[in-house]
Amino acid sequence: MPEPEGRRRRESVRGRLAVGALIGLLGFAATVQIGPGRDDDDFASLRGVELVELLRSVDAANDRLAQQVDELTRTRDELLASRDDPDEARRQAELSADQLAIVTGSVGARGPGVRLRINDPDRQVDAGLLLDVVEELRSAGAEAIVINGTARVVAQTYFLDDDGGVRVGGREVVAPYVVEAIGDPQTMTDALEFRGGVLERISSRGATASVTAVESVSITALADVRSPEYARPDPRQDASAP
Amino acid sequence: MIPVAGLLTGIALGLYLQPDVPLWLQPYLPIAIVAALDAVVGGARALGERRFDDRVFVISFVSNVVIAALIVFLGDQLGVGSQLSTGVVVVLGIRIFANAAAIRRQIFHA
Repeated sequence: MPEPEGRRRRESVRGRLAVGALIGLLGFAATVQIGPGRDDDDFASLRGVELVELLRSVDAANDRLAQQVDELTRTRDELLASRDDPDEARRQAELSADQLAIVTGSVGARGPGVRLRINDPDRQVDAGLLLDVVEELRSAGAEAIVINGTARVVAQTYFLDDDGGVRVGGREVVAPYVVEAIGDPQTMTDALEFRGGVLERISSRGATASVTAVESVSITALADVRSPEYARPDPRQDASAP
Repeated sequence: MIPVAGLLTGIALGLYLQPDVPLWLQPYLPIAIVAALDAVVGGARALGERRFDDRVFVISFVSNVVIAALIVFLGDQLGVGSQLSTGVVVVLGIRIFANAAAIRRQIFHA
């Protein structure tokens, strides 16, 4: 089919232009699709199935990480618990030191209590009776006891009859005796005053005694603390002691 | 010459403008690109065999792109979009490889 030369050329140019335009479109589209402006985190182009897969893998990773968090938290708690809190330990130690100091009479003490005054003009009150008074006070919960303001009564204190009075733990006390005890005033008063109790026994011997509850008893006398010569702490029982 | 100039112009435009792909076009654009690539490789083979025709190229290019997009669209409507897309890419890939093999034979006679 013969065609005029000019028309053929025009068509050829038009065709080539169209081809160039289409290839240009391809390059443009490919560049846009691949291009650096594309966001890889864009899930809009993903299909439902892929999204479900992605969600599942994220869920699994989430579970794994949560498990890891749990384990690490447990480890941290254990470490924190195993490390002794130094402040708390010191506080406990100071507390027990205070308790022991009062029990052994190595420090002064102050608190509510009773004051028992025994007037004994005929010297009828002996060491045994005084010890009965102390025992009665102890069973009523006395925490610190002092006689005549000078003789602190502790576990090692002994009572002995002496010439002029009573020897209490190495100190001589003379009538009138004043026994001061820190503890619950009501309980100790009842313990001393009950019928047939220690006060009646004092009266029956011809002495007079009176108990008064005192708002604040101040004990300044200290017991002589001796280092034990034979006894030593037993480390095996130390830890299990209540 | 003109096709090469067109390709360079298109790439330059794409790099320069960097437009966002519209949402409705996003599932179709990759498939359309592969389909167009198939047409271009086919055209290159025809060129090597000295039977290249502008009309045939334009028609095959446009029809390739349109049909590929239609198939993907149909697949999305049927709920098998991803499978059909894969199928289209496989078929077009086979065609591209076949055409590339023909070009290779012409150039290297191997």
